[in-house]
Amino acid sequence: MKTKKGLAIVLYSLFLGLSLALGFKPGIQTGKNLLDFTIQMMKVLPFAFILIGLFEVWVPREAVERHMGNASGWKGHLWAIILAAPMVGGLYVAFPMAYTLNKKGAGLGAIFTFLGASSLCRTPMLIFEASFLGVKFSLARLAISLPLVIGSSVILGRALERKGYEIHLEE
Amino acid sequence: MKILYLLTGLGLALSLVADPPRTGKALKIAAKRFSKLLGEFALLLILVSLALTLLPPRTILSYLKGPGKLVGTAIAALIGSITFIPGFISYPLAGILHNQGVPYVVLAAFVTTLMMVGIVTFPLEQKILGTRVAIVRNILYFILALVTSLAIGLIFGEIP
Repeated sequence: MKTKKGLAIVLYSLFLGLSLALGFKPGIQTGKNLLDFTIQMMKVLPFAFILIGLFEVWVPREAVERHMGNASGWKGHLWAIILAAPMVGGLYVAFPMAYTLNKKGAGLGAIFTFLGASSLCRTPMLIFEASFLGVKFSLARLAISLPLVIGSSVILGRALERKGYEIHLEE
Repeated sequence: MKILYLLTGLGLALSLVADPPRTGKALKIAAKRFSKLLGEFALLLILVSLALTLLPPRTILSYLKGPGKLVGTAIAALIGSITFIPGFISYPLAGILHNQGVPYVVLAAFVTTLMMVGIVTFPLEQKILGTRVAIVRNILYFILALVTSLAIGLIFGEIP
């Protein structure tokens, strides 16, 4: 697995280098995109990870377990949405955070709701959406998708828990 | 974005005043976690840069303008799943399409799959959730995104 990723990165770098040397326009464009996105992401990631670190040392496991653990019921899902609402960045920040929540004893259902909510109802994004597509569109989208996400998270969480599934960082 | 910096700064300052060693531990966790996922973030950047070259916003615009409701919805859902476009590009794009008369179903399929389904974030998701659960989540959310889009079409009177 590791070598596959390494190979992909080497091939990609080769592609960019050759494109630059031979003036291959789509390749150069790809390089520009890479630069753009790296800058965009570095504006978010270090700060997001520092906040995750602070969360891990300051929020007691007992508190997460009580509010978002398997015994928390619908409140766990509510907390998941409250946590997701102010987020920036989207899924690529939500996955590391999901790992932290799991470590602290949150239930799988609440974690999947957190992942869903962090893609559906991040406040900064909602404001943007409503200004371009209208408030009615945003409200309708939320009113339909959020219950679907919570419902499916409950089912998915239960099914996976029964199978003894656990979130862990694969080596 | 400014709020993120403010929150991080404030959190760090408060933590430092309250307990310096613990703050050091938090920073160590941040660095360790980040470095552990570095390969996945690199892959994410590679995939995003390629997707953006193959499907630049201009091309997406032309794909979604013509084909009508059903085919348009299908194309929008596929494009939204494959690529990764941040909100500050995708929503203005959707706004332009809306002004050009593209129906809400199509726009909903585009923005919901962009948010919920992630081929480019897959390596990262796979590392944390595992391969099988990552695949299941993406397929499930693709279906949920389609259901949401069709319901929006109903609400705005575009379907049937």
